[in-house]
Amino acid sequence: MLTLYVPILMLAALAALFAGFSLVMGALAGPKRWNRAKLQAYESGIEPTPQPSGGGRFPVKYYLTAMLFILFDIEIIFLYPWAVTFRSLGVFGLVEMVLFIVTVLVAYAYVWRRGGLEWD
Amino acid sequence: MTSLSGALAAATITPPHIEYGQLSPLLVVFGAAVAGVLVEAFVPRERRRAFHLVIALGGLVAAFALIISVAATPSLFAHGSPGHVVAMGAVGVDGPTLFIQGTIVVLAFVSVLLIAESSHGVSPFAAQAAAVPGSAEEREGLLRGISHTEVYPLTLFAVGGMMLFPAANDLLTMFVALEVLSLPLYLLCGLARRRRLISQEAAMKYFLLGAFSSAFFLFGVAMLYGYSGSVSLSAIAAAAATNVSSATLLYAGIALVGIGLLFKIGAVPFQSWKPDVYQGAPTAVTALMASCTVVSAFGGLLRVFYVAFGQLTWDWRPAMWGVAILTMLAGAIIAITQTDVKRMLAYSSIAHGGFVLTAVVAATAAGLSASLFYLAVYGLTTIGAFAVVTLVRDPAGEANHLSKWAGLGKRSPWLAGVFAFFLLAFAGIPLTSGFAGKFAVFQAAAAGGALPLVIIGVLASAVAAFFYVRVIVLMFFSDPAPDGPTVVTPGLFTGAAVAVGAAATLVFGIAPEPLLALASHAAAHLFVR
Repeated sequence: MLTLYVPILMLAALAALFAGFSLVMGALAGPKRWNRAKLQAYESGIEPTPQPSGGGRFPVKYYLTAMLFILFDIEIIFLYPWAVTFRSLGVFGLVEMVLFIVTVLVAYAYVWRRGGLEWD
Repeated sequence: MTSLSGALAAATITPPHIEYGQLSPLLVVFGAAVAGVLVEAFVPRERRRAFHLVIALGGLVAAFALIISVAATPSLFAHGSPGHVVAMGAVGVDGPTLFIQGTIVVLAFVSVLLIAESSHGVSPFAAQAAAVPGSAEEREGLLRGISHTEVYPLTLFAVGGMMLFPAANDLLTMFVALEVLSLPLYLLCGLARRRRLISQEAAMKYFLLGAFSSAFFLFGVAMLYGYSGSVSLSAIAAAAATNVSSATLLYAGIALVGIGLLFKIGAVPFQSWKPDVYQGAPTAVTALMASCTVVSAFGGLLRVFYVAFGQLTWDWRPAMWGVAILTMLAGAIIAITQTDVKRMLAYSSIAHGGFVLTAVVAATAAGLSASLFYLAVYGLTTIGAFAVVTLVRDPAGEANHLSKWAGLGKRSPWLAGVFAFFLLAFAGIPLTSGFAGKFAVFQAAAAGGALPLVIIGVLASAVAAFFYVRVIVLMFFSDPAPDGPTVVTPGLFTGAAVAVGAAATLVFGIAPEPLLALASHAAAHLFVR
């Protein structure tokens, strides 16, 4: 029974060794030639968004838009299969779907009333 | 893709059968949460709190009444049946689940009282969580006396997730419940009005580590699906019984799912988030996490290990032994070095998690009922203790450093006395509920063949008693600090939370039999499969 655990223990020891070895060797043997591009934040290849000096705030408008997009995107994803099986699901499907849309609408109403849809 | 188009072409889906009656406690809590979001959207700011209080407390009371009515349904438990699997196998309704859900709802009710406390002009929550600490926006919000009332719907969503988590009968539903309970908690942790940086740090740490543990859980689910071809707990148990395929997948799945569950409990070595998060979060939210979340996480752990891995007790028991021993000892020993009362209570919560794990290891009905009883009484004592912590303040907020608590017994004997009573209950002194709980879990563990574990548990209790008693000595037998904190008069809500905690600790300490009987009745047939 306890022999079952031997491979796990060996794996843990190997993982610890590997992690320690990589960190130490990277620090000791790796070349360090910094330039401006290497020190920049990685933003999928585009020019990074300018940061306020000293690390202040930056607008998160895109993030809100993206969140709202996902909200309705997911709603649509669920609507398609329901539309295809509308007849076989019948009244049950209709009621459940209305409930689902109502909950999404509640979230939408919250965003709308609290100013999440205003760009500035 | 072919199977999808095949399913679409056939289009002979039969509507699923949903047992709304048996799911009603969950639906009521989630419905109240959605109503709370509507309040946020349409009710003017100054009247929101009153609306939220009615909805949240009313929803929790209604949920408790519905849980009792489901538990009292004779047809559900007829002929010695452990319960039902409802919603096409997604949710189990059985004795232990109903007991755990009832416990969570009661604890959540008391936590909501603490969250709602604002009798001293300020609520414990930030005016605007998005405002930079120390900025003009923050000052403006504070001056206008506003606070985030989103905490009420967030709390209700979290509580709904916590009620679904131990009831989930397949691993995917369980994962959804895990996220539903975790995401609001991450947010709530970052909403403290005072010491905002440490609160935001706590939220960040909790979120990152929580996301990590969710990934572990999900990866384990994938392994178990690969092994058994199903995410249903009973199907995994059936596959394990016939040993259908490579056991490596099964063992890896058990380990990874176990890590995800033990993280939420805060068992060593997955405890590192707990002291930081408990310290940084608003104390009312800490009370919610230390009681409801722990109960829910143990409920989920018990269901997974008793139902899905119930045949494999001999395989997971050694690892669970190790985790229980580490948790008890590390929790109790590290707590000695703490100087912050919330961190101390966090390590104490870790150690108590270890005590419950000794009963989990037993994997018997007695172990299950002892765990249920322990979780219920420990949760009530914990909320009471954190309610006391909210009352000891200095100009900067709560005075959490233990040196400030010196001599508190001379200035506020009642408050210090109640806190000492809670600490004695944590230590497991007779005539408190803590003693009855410890006795129950250690008895179950010993009967389940884990005597060495019980001996270590008693030793860890002795270590833990040392630091509980040290705080009592500090409060009653040392001189008050000159810059000592002020003890505010508890408002109605905090007073009620302290009173409920103290009364429960006393009553279940003197007369634990009714609750013990209820727990063992609930656990008699274990979980439904």
